[in-house]
Amino acid sequence: MSDSGMAAANSPPSDQISVRGLTMAYGDFVVMRDINFDVSPGEVFVIMGGSGCGKSTLMRHLLGMIEPARGEIFYHGESFTKGDADVRDSYLRRFGVLFQGGALWSSMTLAENIALPLEEYTELPASDVRNVASLKLALVGLRGFEDYYPSEISGGMRKRAGLARAMALDPEILFVDEPSAGLDPISSHLLDELILELRESLGTTFVVVTHELASIFAIATKAIFLDTTTRTATALGHPAELRDHSKDPAVRAFLRRGEEENE
Amino acid sequence: MSAAPGHVTATAQDVAKVYLERDGRQLVVGLAGTWQISAHLPGTTAIEAALDGDPAPDGIRFDAAAIEGWDSSVLTFLMGVEDEAESRSIPVNREGLPDGVRRLVELARAVPERGTRSDDGKISPLPRLGRFGLKVYDGALDELRFLGEAAEAFGRFLRGKASYRRSDLRLLIQQAGADALGIASLVSLLFGLILAFVGAVQLQQFGAAIYVADLVGVGMVRDMAAFMTAIIVAGRSGAAYAAQIGTMKVTEEIDALRTTGISPMEFLVVPRIVALVVMMPLLTVYADLMGILGGYLVGTGLLDISPRAYYQQTVNAVNMTHFIPGVIKGTVYGLLVALAGCKQGMDAGSSASAVGDAATKAVVTGVVAIIVACGLAQVISYVFGI
Repeated sequence: MSDSGMAAANSPPSDQISVRGLTMAYGDFVVMRDINFDVSPGEVFVIMGGSGCGKSTLMRHLLGMIEPARGEIFYHGESFTKGDADVRDSYLRRFGVLFQGGALWSSMTLAENIALPLEEYTELPASDVRNVASLKLALVGLRGFEDYYPSEISGGMRKRAGLARAMALDPEILFVDEPSAGLDPISSHLLDELILELRESLGTTFVVVTHELASIFAIATKAIFLDTTTRTATALGHPAELRDHSKDPAVRAFLRRGEEENE
Repeated sequence: MSAAPGHVTATAQDVAKVYLERDGRQLVVGLAGTWQISAHLPGTTAIEAALDGDPAPDGIRFDAAAIEGWDSSVLTFLMGVEDEAESRSIPVNREGLPDGVRRLVELARAVPERGTRSDDGKISPLPRLGRFGLKVYDGALDELRFLGEAAEAFGRFLRGKASYRRSDLRLLIQQAGADALGIASLVSLLFGLILAFVGAVQLQQFGAAIYVADLVGVGMVRDMAAFMTAIIVAGRSGAAYAAQIGTMKVTEEIDALRTTGISPMEFLVVPRIVALVVMMPLLTVYADLMGILGGYLVGTGLLDISPRAYYQQTVNAVNMTHFIPGVIKGTVYGLLVALAGCKQGMDAGSSASAVGDAATKAVVTGVVAIIVACGLAQVISYVFGI
């Protein structure tokens, strides 16, 4: 915990997302220990690190899908991990999640996928639900695909449709798991652009799990590096800053694809 | 060079050859011929013997001047030699090896061997028994938790508060019921025929062939129709439920439901339970009729019973005390099959092979549950004289 911003451990948890002393474990096996960070509204926060270091696990903790072994997660200063079911539900309603393969419900059309959260949590009449779904699909460049099933469209389109579903309820925080996984460079770039556009226009906060360097440098305003060998977060800050000035050689190496520093 | 006369220790179709020589206290391993992975490789037993010899060598070096060609087979052999030397703390000098071979060996040796995974086979019986006990206990708790959650979700369904899609439920009902009619007809008709034949052989000896109608009627209506239908449904719907839900788990669709705040229990499990609990009694009644039709075909076609007599005999034999327990059993079997299928699906791992495993387990646990329930039902009806 040497880099700038690591003072988070002692500051009061009042930001949009605050994580304090989080230890993640599966049974006796500790994945990561003592993680601290804050995310402010409108940031694109990237969780980075080598394969299998626990990036996705951290995201699952943030979503309450796994209980932390130790430590706490706060949203707007309110404890999420110690909150009761109602508190958690009320926060989950304000989140959107884009899973790796899109995770669209395969028995429903794209429009129905987006409509489901709307039907669940709004009083909108059916015709309006349909219109909102069409709008969200149009925003991700899938106009006219309302009545397609997930199996009928390409992987990149599925991912964008997944983003449209994640945006259904205009979430204040959007979680994105490996946006570039399985996408060609152009689709991956388009998805990055889309993330930046949504952040710009809607002020959505993003939490993105990725190890794709091009993506990290393109979108991140703040990044945390999870180190497999020390099993803790070794850097927190803007990725370009970390690449050039991090005190940890592992962080600098990661952000340079392991290539030598030519100074 | 005061080397002892070299001798051939291993030959493989006279291609890859290994010579062992002593040079003072050094062991010289000579490599010759063409080393090919497709051919038989020389073993390391002769080298092990030389390493254990007296006086023990204080180093190994290689002489590869006579080597004509090599691929990874030579590396495999050298790794074996080095492992043997390492276990005896004898230093290995790689200078005599061809450049490419040396670099590859260095590459393979660059990362130290990681601790191998712990092996359950080495644990003594008592801790293993303990682990087994804990596993059974956890499994039972897990089962109870699933039942509890399912019951809670079902309660919400009955109060009209569960979130599910009516179109999903309609489709599930159609798949579980109407789509199963073909196979249910075939199996229960044949089962009725079989029952009639088995009964006829015995009953004809007493000139009581007419009682075939009683046997088939009561047998089908009371037990066999529900039982056979349940087995069919376990193979069709139970396996399908496990595969559907298991696939949704692999593709993170279940996680997507949870993070949307929708309970997978209400959205996926309850509609499937409802579909089978609604359709199983109907399928059972249908199978009753098809089974009786099977018996009728044998009775009138082969046993010379008049259609009217067979019909009359059946109507007299079968009454509500047979019919209602049969339908209730069918409903219970349907519930068990749906629970087993959904449970296995929800428990599926997150790999592609896990879906197949889940489907298999769903059928096995479903069938076992049906048979156990059937046995219990017999005991209960015997004790209470129903």
